[in-house]
Amino acid sequence: MFLVIGSNMTEAHPVAATFLKNAVMKGARLIVVDPRRHKLVDFAERHVPIRVGSDIAFANSLMQVLIEEGLYDSAFVDSCTIDFDLLQEKVAGYPPEKAAEICGVSAETIRETARALASVKPLMLCYTLGITEHTCGRNNVVTLANLQMLLGNMGMECGGVNPLRGQNNVQGACDMGALPNVFPGYQKVVDADAREKFAQAWGVPGLPEQNGLMIPQMMEGLTNGRVRGFYIFGENLANTEPDIRKVEHELASAEFLVCQDIFPNETTRFAHVVLPAAAWSENDGTFTNSERRVSRVRTASNPPGEARPNWWIFREIARRMGHAWESDSAREIWDNEISVLAPQLCGIKYARLEGDGLQWPCPDEEHPGTCFLHRDGQFTCGLGIFTPADWTPPAEVPDEKYPLVLSTGRRLAHYHTRTQTGRCEGLNDILGEETADISLADARDLGVDNGEMIKVSSRRGEVTVRANVTREVPPGMVWMAFHFREACANWLTNPAFDPVTLTAEYKACAVRIDRIAAP
Amino acid sequence: MPTLSLNDRTVSFETGQTILEVAQQNDVVIPTLCHLKEAHATGGCRICVVEVAGSDQLLPACATPAGADMRILTDSPAVRTARKAIIEMMLAAGAHNCLLMDHPQSSWSESQLAIMEQPWHDKICPAHGDCRLQDLAIEYEVSVAGIDQKIDGHPLDDATPMIVRDYSRCIGCGRCIQACNEVQVNAAIPSPYGRREDHPNGWYPLVDYENCTHCGQCLQACPTGALFEKKAFGLATGSEAEKVRTTCPYCGVGCQQWLHVKDDRVIKVTAVEEGAPNLGRLCVKGRFGYDFIHSPERLTHPLIREGETFRKASWDEALDLVAEKFKQIRQLHGPDALAGVSCARSINEDSYQMQKLFRAVFKTNNIDHCART
Ligand code: SF4
Ligand code: SF4
Ligand code: SF4
Ligand code: FES
Repeated sequence: MFLVIGSNMTEAHPVAATFLKNAVMKGARLIVVDPRRHKLVDFAERHVPIRVGSDIAFANSLMQVLIEEGLYDSAFVDSCTIDFDLLQEKVAGYPPEKAAEICGVSAETIRETARALASVKPLMLCYTLGITEHTCGRNNVVTLANLQMLLGNMGMECGGVNPLRGQNNVQGACDMGALPNVFPGYQKVVDADAREKFAQAWGVPGLPEQNGLMIPQMMEGLTNGRVRGFYIFGENLANTEPDIRKVEHELASAEFLVCQDIFPNETTRFAHVVLPAAAWSENDGTFTNSERRVSRVRTASNPPGEARPNWWIFREIARRMGHAWESDSAREIWDNEISVLAPQLCGIKYARLEGDGLQWPCPDEEHPGTCFLHRDGQFTCGLGIFTPADWTPPAEVPDEKYPLVLSTGRRLAHYHTRTQTGRCEGLNDILGEETADISLADARDLGVDNGEMIKVSSRRGEVTVRANVTREVPPGMVWMAFHFREACANWLTNPAFDPVTLTAEYKACAVRIDRIAAP
Repeated sequence: MPTLSLNDRTVSFETGQTILEVAQQNDVVIPTLCHLKEAHATGGCRICVVEVAGSDQLLPACATPAGADMRILTDSPAVRTARKAIIEMMLAAGAHNCLLMDHPQSSWSESQLAIMEQPWHDKICPAHGDCRLQDLAIEYEVSVAGIDQKIDGHPLDDATPMIVRDYSRCIGCGRCIQACNEVQVNAAIPSPYGRREDHPNGWYPLVDYENCTHCGQCLQACPTGALFEKKAFGLATGSEAEKVRTTCPYCGVGCQQWLHVKDDRVIKVTAVEEGAPNLGRLCVKGRFGYDFIHSPERLTHPLIREGETFRKASWDEALDLVAEKFKQIRQLHGPDALAGVSCARSINEDSYQMQKLFRAVFKTNNIDHCART
């Protein structure tokens, strides 16, 4: 059985969705929890349309039912987890009747869903950004892990908590330590031994001891002078970050901004230096997918003009600052540095990646790779720890002035800000403009026709966009993507962040809709 | 384990395997056209027929379960004659003129001359050199010279952006239907009811665009030149392009692709049939979202700001400036006045290199990426 929560898989991860649909056609069961009635719902035995941002209340209530009715996996809980009592105490505060009010679904639905989830093993839980892009994103994730531990669905094939990664190499960028708190392989920068290890490997006397800043803090820092030199590699922050107006002000405040990219875009406008990079098929290298599979990327054509591989550019800057780095190709960087320094990757060498790649952890060169983590209840830190969390509402909730909730995501034919897909022949013909998806009920109340141009506004900005009246979205919700600049949802989104991960709340802010055409 | 006789060789098999599977496992080649590995066997084209002792007719290997003590001949004269007849019939039923190109036009039939006038027929068939029907015609020595071919009355669907559906080269194998319905589960090609013979005006797998996601799985499955990619039309035939295996640059599934490369340009993308994790599948972005790399808007040289505009610069000048400025800022305001954002789209080695630059050279941990979008 599958539980898909907060993930519009058929559009955001289309090929993963095909395997799920195949399984359903062969008789697997599927439950979809999502405010929107998206395509996958057609394949589900049950669609639970909870309100945007009510995931924790919903999951806690499921767990309350599982415990009260004795449906949880007590053997797994006893032998493989700790802090069950804390969980029990916390979820006791979420009886279905109470959760129903928060989630906008009936108490009976919650009970039936809990029973259905407990009836089959294994249960595979998949989520995406519908879970993480909230002010309570981190708590959402730990709550889903609690649920799977309670059901005893950890450490087995077709079980577990499976995040589907948004961008192709988010997994890899994390593994590589492009994060303010860890070196490659998740070794903490605050750990003196780890610092010593990397200082030696990199031939430097010492390494900085404090965790660094996360993106939202960097952006803030640009306006208050804390950050003065800013280096943006391959991200179009001016369109992808919430509240475009604010972001552009921040970028314009940078004392010295370097952008390294393959196209000029809204962000490079603010740069002092723009460095032209080689693109995907002009490089040798590796990507790591959502299942931690390291696969090869190969050179098919030469970069245009003087564009150069990114790793070369970084190496050249290091050289100009007195550091001679030995590795002189992606292969040497991987084989001689990354796979030596990151324990999970020690067994992965380019020579072993010719076919279908390898999944980490892969500790030595004989190791076949690892398909699923936490086998037989083995967690990285010993026993699985229940980490109960309380539900908190989104930072901005609808009110009289802005009565609707805006939620955002991506659409099938395009990718992010279209710097790439917008330049592929034909893809713009399949989807040529942004729309604001609204429910039949709201369209009727507002007197909006399908296809009519409307104004969507929030406390931060407004966009003019075509209305798409659809039964996919529930009443009270507006759904948009961020593929097109003019009608980009991020003119509207709220720069409110999860306190731990600083992930922005792209999935909920308050907006209003006004007609443009005189009636 | 049960055994059977395959071309007078005794081989063992597992109950439930088809004759085709047993043959493949023993390196005996049986041609197939309609058979699609991940879908149910339809037994529609009958090109895979084999002779089984005791049966009064030839049996399709892809749809016939292997039985204990069966005696099977996969390449007997009867089998070859039957296959040849099927190939002849298929070639006559459509606009298959590829094998005529070596013959003088004087030997062409009238219909064959007329083919060249039809849309998308001014260049050689896009499947030329990579077509199952063509391969079989050559192997079974079926000539099309001078035969009367049905070239008129087939629908042509070339109105959508990506795929041209030229049913004049459709052999009715049904693989596109299965790819759409059973592999991608998009249900965009409703199966024309019944058998080919029941459709005197032609049996055509037409698309319902309400459900089509433009994933191109049908394109990948088509064994002939009936379905082809619009923007790759005429750029290369079969063996002219080199194939390079790589990983899709879009979402976190990490699909395996073949890039078809000619003259330093990627001209087409197909899925790696047996490759994990996608097992031959792609979506619209993975299959058709490749040509951005050749866009004339690419950045081609370093740029340095001058007032409101940029001017071209050499690498040396640009990199010296970056190093100089960052050194200066670090000296005046400390290393934590520098910060960087890495790219979650780019290769691992790039992210590794950038965090190393920040940590080992700049001496700050202010390095992050858009992990959260
Ligand atoms: S479909 Fe195959 S046989 Fe027909 S014309 Fe094209 S290459 Fe030749
Ligand atoms: S492109 Fe994909 S969805 Fe459309 S008809 Fe072909 S297989 Fe079906
Ligand atoms: S279009 Fe291609 S795959 Fe579909 S039935 Fe015709 S020949 Fe077969
Ligand atoms: S391949 Fe067996 S009947 Fe078509």
